[in-house]
Amino acid sequence: MNETQKNYLGAGDTVRSWLLTTDHKRIGILYLLSILLFFFIAAVAAALMRADLLTPQGDLLLSDNYNKMFTIHGVLMVWFFLIPSIPTVLGNFVIPLMIGARDVAFPKLNLFSWYLFIIGGFFALAAIIRGGVDTGWTFYTPYSTAYSNSHVVEMAFGIFLAGFSSIITGMNFIVTIQTMRAPGMTWFRLPLFIWSMFATSIILVLATPVLAITLALMAVERLWGIGIFDPRIGGDPVLFQHLFWFYSHPAVYIMILPGMGVVSEVVTCFSRKKIFGYYFVAFSSVAIAVLGFLVWGHHMFVSSQSLFAGMAFSILSFLVAVPSAIKVFNWTMTLYRGSISFETPMLYVLGFLGLFTIGGLTGLFLATLAVDVHVHGTYFVVAHFHYIMVGGMVTAFMAGLHYWWPKITGRMYPEKLGQLAALIMFIGFNLTFFPQFILGYLGMPRRVHEYAPEFQVYNVLSTAGASILGVAYLLPLIYLLWSLRYGARAGDNPWRATGLEWSTPSPPPKHNFPEVPVVTHDPYNYPPLDETGEAVATKRDL
Amino acid sequence: MNIPIFPGEASTTAAATDRIYFFLLAFSVFVLAIVFLPMIYCLFKYRRGNRANRSPLQVSTTRIEITWTVIPTLIALGMFAWGAEVYFYEEVPPPNTLEINVIGKQWMWKIQHQEGNREINELHVPLGRAVRLTMASEDVIHDFFVPAFRIKQDVVPGRFTTEWFEPTRVGTYRFYCSEYCGANHSEMQGLVYVMTPSDYEAWLAHGKPQDTLARAGGKLFRELGCSGCHVNSSAIHAPPLDGLYGKLVPLSDGTFARVDDQYLRDHILLPARQVPAGYQALMPTFEGRVNEEQLLQLIAYIKSLGTTEEKNK
Amino acid sequence: MKENSMVAEQFEDMPQQVEAATMGMWVFLATEVLFFGGLFMAYIVYRHFYAADFIAAMKHTDIRYGTINSVLLLTSGLTMALAVQAAAENRIRVITPLLLATIVFGLGFLVVKTLEYKEDLHDRVLPGANFDPSLPPHAQMFFWLYWAMTGLHTIHMIVGIGLLLFVTMLSWRRKFSAQYYTPLEVIGLYWAFVDIVWIYLYPLLYLIGRHS
Repeated sequence: MNETQKNYLGAGDTVRSWLLTTDHKRIGILYLLSILLFFFIAAVAAALMRADLLTPQGDLLLSDNYNKMFTIHGVLMVWFFLIPSIPTVLGNFVIPLMIGARDVAFPKLNLFSWYLFIIGGFFALAAIIRGGVDTGWTFYTPYSTAYSNSHVVEMAFGIFLAGFSSIITGMNFIVTIQTMRAPGMTWFRLPLFIWSMFATSIILVLATPVLAITLALMAVERLWGIGIFDPRIGGDPVLFQHLFWFYSHPAVYIMILPGMGVVSEVVTCFSRKKIFGYYFVAFSSVAIAVLGFLVWGHHMFVSSQSLFAGMAFSILSFLVAVPSAIKVFNWTMTLYRGSISFETPMLYVLGFLGLFTIGGLTGLFLATLAVDVHVHGTYFVVAHFHYIMVGGMVTAFMAGLHYWWPKITGRMYPEKLGQLAALIMFIGFNLTFFPQFILGYLGMPRRVHEYAPEFQVYNVLSTAGASILGVAYLLPLIYLLWSLRYGARAGDNPWRATGLEWSTPSPPPKHNFPEVPVVTHDPYNYPPLDETGEAVATKRDL
Repeated sequence: MNIPIFPGEASTTAAATDRIYFFLLAFSVFVLAIVFLPMIYCLFKYRRGNRANRSPLQVSTTRIEITWTVIPTLIALGMFAWGAEVYFYEEVPPPNTLEINVIGKQWMWKIQHQEGNREINELHVPLGRAVRLTMASEDVIHDFFVPAFRIKQDVVPGRFTTEWFEPTRVGTYRFYCSEYCGANHSEMQGLVYVMTPSDYEAWLAHGKPQDTLARAGGKLFRELGCSGCHVNSSAIHAPPLDGLYGKLVPLSDGTFARVDDQYLRDHILLPARQVPAGYQALMPTFEGRVNEEQLLQLIAYIKSLGTTEEKNK
Repeated sequence: MKENSMVAEQFEDMPQQVEAATMGMWVFLATEVLFFGGLFMAYIVYRHFYAADFIAAMKHTDIRYGTINSVLLLTSGLTMALAVQAAAENRIRVITPLLLATIVFGLGFLVVKTLEYKEDLHDRVLPGANFDPSLPPHAQMFFWLYWAMTGLHTIHMIVGIGLLLFVTMLSWRRKFSAQYYTPLEVIGLYWAFVDIVWIYLYPLLYLIGRHS
C-alpha cells in the first residue's frame, strides 16, 4: 500500500503526528475529544444543579455555588460545546469530503484555531478551578464589572480566545466552500449541509467579533474600575445587553443551522429520496442567517428599551420563525412516497423534528410581546432554549455523529443499542424539560437556588428526566468506543447514500480522494423506487 | 397535594395575557397536529418493505412552497399585532394611578408609599385601583416580577423604570426578582397583599408613618440646602419649583424637555448636563449625596409643590 | 505532480491559491469591521446622549498630533499600494524600498501617538480617579472611548508593522514576482484596512463639532 492510499488514521500514530497535524479529518477528531471534555464538565454542573433543585430550599449547594454551577454550565455548553460541536467536528471532517477537496483552504490556520480553542478552554477551566464565576453566561453589567467577586476576567479572556477560534473556523469554511469545490460541483449541486455550514460561517465571522469586543470592554471596565457601561460616567448597562445579544442571538443560529444541515442529509438518505424544495431549504438557511442578525432585541422586551424598539424586534422575531417552518414542512414532504428505514441517525432526526418544532412553537410565545413580559426570565425560557439547543442541536449532532461514524472510523456501531439510546434520549429529554414550560408560566424565575414549595413536583420530574438523559448520553459513549475495536467493517458506503464523502474509502485516505472527483448531477439523486421501496435498477447501475 | 398547573389571575393584564396564551397553546397543538399526523402517516405507510405507490410526485413545488411560506407569515403577523396591542396596554399606564416607589437593592425590595408607609419585601395595594410603580436600583439590575399580575420590568441602575397593574382579586401573591443579581438572588422576593380599599386605608393608618413621602422630601430639601437657592427670595438665580412638575421647559441648548421623574432625577444628580434656558450652570451635583430612597422623597416633595395642570386651574 | 512548489498541497493550482488567500483576507477584514463596530456603536450612542460634553471634551484632544498622524498613515498607505503595484508589474527591485518606507511611516505614526499619549496623561484625560475634574461630567466617557479606540487601532498598527517586516524579508530574499506576490497583496489589504479605520477615527475624535 503506498503512502497516498493509506487512510488518514494510519498516517502516523505518534502524539506528535496528531498535535501537529494539518489534516482536516484529524483536526475534527481533536475537536471531538476536546468538546467532549467540556461537555462532560458542563453536564456535571447541570447534574449538581438538578440535584440541588430536588428540594425547594436547595439542600445540596450553597446559593453562591449554585450560581457558579449555572454559570459554568452555560459558558461551557455555549462556547465550548454547542457552538463548536457540529462545525468543528463534523464540519471539519466532512466539508472537504463533500465538496471534493483535498483539505480546507487554510489547514495550518485550522490547526491554529484548535490551539486557540484549547488555550481559551484552559483559561475557562482555570477560572473555574480558581473559584468559579458567578455572573451567569450573559455577564450582565454592572454586576459583572463592579459587583461580582469571582474570576470574570479569566473567563471572559477564555471566551475571547474561543471566539477567535470560531472566527478562524468560519473564515476557513467560507473560503473553502467558495474556492475549493471539485469540478462540476456548482452551488446548486452542493449538499444542503454545505449550505447550512456556509450560512453558519457567515454568522461566525460577522457576529463573533462583536462578542469579542464587548467582553473585552467589559473586562477592561472591571480591571480599570471605570468604563463605557458604568452608570457613574453616564454609561448605560443596557448597551452591554444590546451588544451582547447582537452576538448571542445569532449564536443560537450558529448552533441550530448546522443541525438543520445534518437533518437534510439524514432525512434524504433514510427515505431514499431527493429533498423536497432544495432551493427553499437552501435559501431558508441564508434567510435565517440574515434575519438572525435583526432580532437581538427580543431578549430585552422588559429591559426598558422603548416601546417601538420592542415592536420592531417582535415583528422581526416572528418573521425569522418562517424559514424554520419552511424547512420542517419540506423535510416532512420529503418523507412522502419515500422508502423509510429507521436506523439510528434517522431516529435521532425524527426526535429532532419533534423537539425542534416544540422549541420553535414556544419561540412564538416569546416573540409575542405581552406573553414574553410574563415568561421572560422564567423557566419557560429555559425550557424553550433547551428544546432548541439540546432537543434540536445536540440531537442533530448525535444524528450526524452516528451517520458519519462509519466514514470517520471505518466501523459500524451496534445498531440496536444506537436505536435504544436515541429512544431513551427522547423520553429523558421531554421529561426533563417539558415540566419547565409549566413552571415558567407559573412564574418560577430562572437562576434561583430556592423556590416556592408548590413548584417542587415539576422540579422532581425534571431531575428524574435529567438522570434518564444522562444515561442516554453515556450509552453512545460506551458503544461508540466499543465499535472502534469490535465494530463490523463499514465499507465505503454503508447507508448507500449519495454524496462525494461516500465515494471514497472509509476511513478516507489522507488526501480524501485517490483522484479529483468530477460532479455531474444534483445532490440526493437516489434511484427510483419500486412498490416495496427497493431501488429500481437503472442504466446507471448496469 | 396541591399541584398547580396554571397561575392565578389577579390583574386586568393577567386576563388579557392569558387570552393570547391560550390562543397560542391552541395554535401550537394545531400546528403539531398538521405537521406530525401526516408525518406519522408517512413513516408508517412508506416504511421500507410496505407496499405503496412511490412513483415520483408530479406537483408544482413552487406553488406548495409559496403557500406554506405566505400562510405562516400572515398568521405570524396577526399574532404579533395581538401581542403588541396588549403590550401597549401594559406599558402605558392610565391617568390617576396610585403612585408607589420600589427600590431594589442586593438583596431586598424596599417600598415607599406616598403616605409615608414603608415596607420591605411586602407590598400592600388596594383592590380595583390602578397602581403605578416607579422603580430604582441602588446597585445592579434587578427585575420586579409579579406572576399573578403577569407583569415584569427590569430595574436598571441610573434611571427610573415603571410598571403598572390593576388588581382584580383580593389575596396574597408572590413577587420575585427575575433578573439575576448575585449571591442571594433567589431570596430577593416577597408578597403582594391585595386588600379591599377600606382594609387598605386601615392598613395605611395602622402604620402610623411619621411623615408623608413629600414631607420627608421637604425636610431633606432644607437639610441639603436646596431651599437656599430654589426660593423666590434667594439672591442666587435658581428656577422656582412651584408648579414645575409636568411643565415643558426650554433648555439652554434650544430644546425643550418635559419635567417628569427622570428629568428631576437627572437634574439633581447631573445638573450640568442640561441647563434650563435663562439659568447658569451653578447647581452642584448631588451624586453620591442622596441615595435612591432620598431621591424619590425629593421628587415627591417637588411634585407636592403642584403640577402645571393644577396651577392653571 | 504540481507545476509550482509555491502551491500548497491542498490546492489544485496557483489561481485557486491566490483566490483563496485574497478571499480569506477579505473575510477576516469583515470580522475586523465588526470588531471595531462594537466600539463605533458605543461612540454613536453616547455621542447622541451627551453631544455637548463630547464636543467640549474633544477640544482637549490635540488636533496637531491627529493631523500629522493622518498624513503619515495615508502616505504609508500610498507606498504600500505602490509596492503591490510594483510587484504586479514585475518591477521587483523597488518593492523592498517601498515596503521599508511604509514601515518608517508606520513607525512615525507610533512615535507621534506615543508623544500624544504622554501629553494626554499630563493633561489628566485618562479616565479614572485622576481625571481632570474641571471637564464636563461625560467627558470621561469621550476619553474612555478615545483611549479604547486609538488603543485598539495602535495594536493593529503594531501587528501590521510586524507583518510588513515579514513581507519585507520575503521581498529581500527575492521571493516575489509578477506571478507570485500573494502575501504582499494580502498584507496590503490589511494595511489599507488599518488606514481606513484611522480615516474614521480622525474626524470622530478630533474634528466633528470642533468649530462650534
